[in-house]
Amino acid sequence: MSILVNRATRLLVQGITGREGLFHTQQMIEYGTKVVAGVTPGKGGEWVAGVPVFDTVHDAVEATAANTSIIYVPARFAADAIFEAADAGIGLIVCITEGIPVLDMVQVKAYLDARGVRLIGPNCPGLITPGEAKVGIMPGHIHIPGNVGVVSRSGTLTYEVVYALSERGIGQSTAVGIGGDPVIGSDFIDILRLFEQDPATEQVVLIGEIGGNDEERAAEFIINSMSKPVTAFIAGQTAPPGKRMGHAGAIISGGSGTAAEKIKALEAAGVRVARHPIEIAEIVAARG
Amino acid sequence: MKLHEYQSKRIFAQYGIPIPRGEVATTPTEAREIAARLGTRVVVKSQVLVGGRGKAGGVKLAATPDEAEAVADQILGMNIKGLIVKKVLVDEAADIREEIYLGATLDRARRRVVVMASAAGGMDIEEVAQQAPEKIIRAVVDPFLGLREYQARTLAFGIGLRRDLVRDFTAIALSLYRAYVDCDASLAEINPLAIDAQGRLLAVDGKIVIDDNALSRRPHLADLRDEDEEVPAEREARRFGLSYVKLDGAIGCMVNGAGLAMATMDITKLYGSAPANFLDIGGGAQADKVAAALRIILADPNVKVVLINIFGGITRCDEVARGILAAIDQIGGLKVPMVTRLVGTNEEEGRRILAEANLITATSLPEAAQKAVAAAGEEARR
Repeated sequence: MSILVNRATRLLVQGITGREGLFHTQQMIEYGTKVVAGVTPGKGGEWVAGVPVFDTVHDAVEATAANTSIIYVPARFAADAIFEAADAGIGLIVCITEGIPVLDMVQVKAYLDARGVRLIGPNCPGLITPGEAKVGIMPGHIHIPGNVGVVSRSGTLTYEVVYALSERGIGQSTAVGIGGDPVIGSDFIDILRLFEQDPATEQVVLIGEIGGNDEERAAEFIINSMSKPVTAFIAGQTAPPGKRMGHAGAIISGGSGTAAEKIKALEAAGVRVARHPIEIAEIVAARG
Repeated sequence: MKLHEYQSKRIFAQYGIPIPRGEVATTPTEAREIAARLGTRVVVKSQVLVGGRGKAGGVKLAATPDEAEAVADQILGMNIKGLIVKKVLVDEAADIREEIYLGATLDRARRRVVVMASAAGGMDIEEVAQQAPEKIIRAVVDPFLGLREYQARTLAFGIGLRRDLVRDFTAIALSLYRAYVDCDASLAEINPLAIDAQGRLLAVDGKIVIDDNALSRRPHLADLRDEDEEVPAEREARRFGLSYVKLDGAIGCMVNGAGLAMATMDITKLYGSAPANFLDIGGGAQADKVAAALRIILADPNVKVVLINIFGGITRCDEVARGILAAIDQIGGLKVPMVTRLVGTNEEEGRRILAEANLITATSLPEAAQKAVAAAGEEARR
């Protein structure tokens, strides 16, 4: 009834004893997520928020059968944390950390692809299946269960759209923040493919932004492989070329990666592109 | 972070890539002395972090030390695309017969580093990509193997390089890739890689851009930052951990989150105005950070209204509201209207606090944007 995370998710938190990690662990538990273990090297044997802490991901998986990991460790340790999770047999890794050097991510991506491990992020809010599992830092209470799949490169902009959907009584199957970095684990196509296969998802909202050409490639995928309607929004129509707009990946370089190009490609693929974030909810509502 | 030409070329030289002899001057007298020491015809090149220096008159040849001094006098202090020239590189002038392009960058779609070469050197590679894409030869690098020799040779053969230069070219390409990785670069390019009259390869111009996310683990490169080259407001923002980009409109925007910040900018345009800036204050909203952001926004004389859009979610809006009031207090009051929109825990309480302080409040993003556009219009008519 969703993609990637649900009631069967057994979550491991890497960096559970840090300030961020602990706060969001408590929030996720409160939401109802099954947090089964935490990892902080050197703090194995402790308990925080009612969760046992292990020194290594391998020990944690062996003891608790964790199947999903979320990473809150600082940028300089984050790539290592992803490799450790992959080597310990975790199938779905969610990396919240912002600021990981891109060459680290190039290695991570190649390593995970070769092993068939799925990564969401980095530099993302995580993902949530409303009413079942929250694996991230998003405010859980703005989401309601339903049949709209949401995929986005942004954090707070996604909350804005989800809030507008929920206000209109439109629930979400799963909302996935794929992250704002130039190299990320899963792109729009990876998530669109899952939504297309998910019987609980009836339509999809795609939130993109300037930089790269993932939206254009998503448009091609939508033409060829999607039967479900897609509504989109692209942020950064007023962004100047050559300037990074907060996210490491949000930059128009060499005249490519503009919002106009992306909107054109999506519209050519039959995607309705909203003029502002709230209009997405209006379009989705009209489609019922 | 962009490096200057002279900084980039010095790094290339450390990796064994041949560069022209040369030194940096900040005065015409120094330029003369360098030219005299080199004892050859020289080229005097402005060191500013923009493209198109040559076309702007920022690169000139000089046959004698006297001429070098005169040319440096013209170039130093010149305004090139808004940047004042404070340094020139005085290089031995190469006798260039052919120009090649060689560069390494991230290919975002492939999630790999790609090394590119083209026989059409001296031109902007993006122009070549548009006009004659078949002239660009690419080697996609496996991150665990690095650039292999056969790949570098394939580039050399692909651009039709003279056979006697293939070995040297291969060495240069491998060095460039090593420099790229060691610098955590997002771009390292030699353009042109010249073939001189003696048939030698020489990196006549170079450019390195460092991945900002890697600067903390490359402190020696972070130290190369030239603060003169930054817009002052962007420099101040960076010090406070804010992400700020100056634009030309009338609505100063303060938002949490980069995507929402862009969407907020865009919606001001949809309703007929334009954003004065991009500004992401990140998570939370402590008074100090909000105050710094407000100072930066209000220092821009174009700003007619401030629009604050905070989607707090878990964050408590009453705290954010108090942070905003404390910040206004810190900067000694507001001279332009402010429209605020807060969403999150305790949002009604947050709105009440702000309304009591006579700030314009809104509940939705479109409403906030429309109120800001209207307020900007009224201010402009005053």
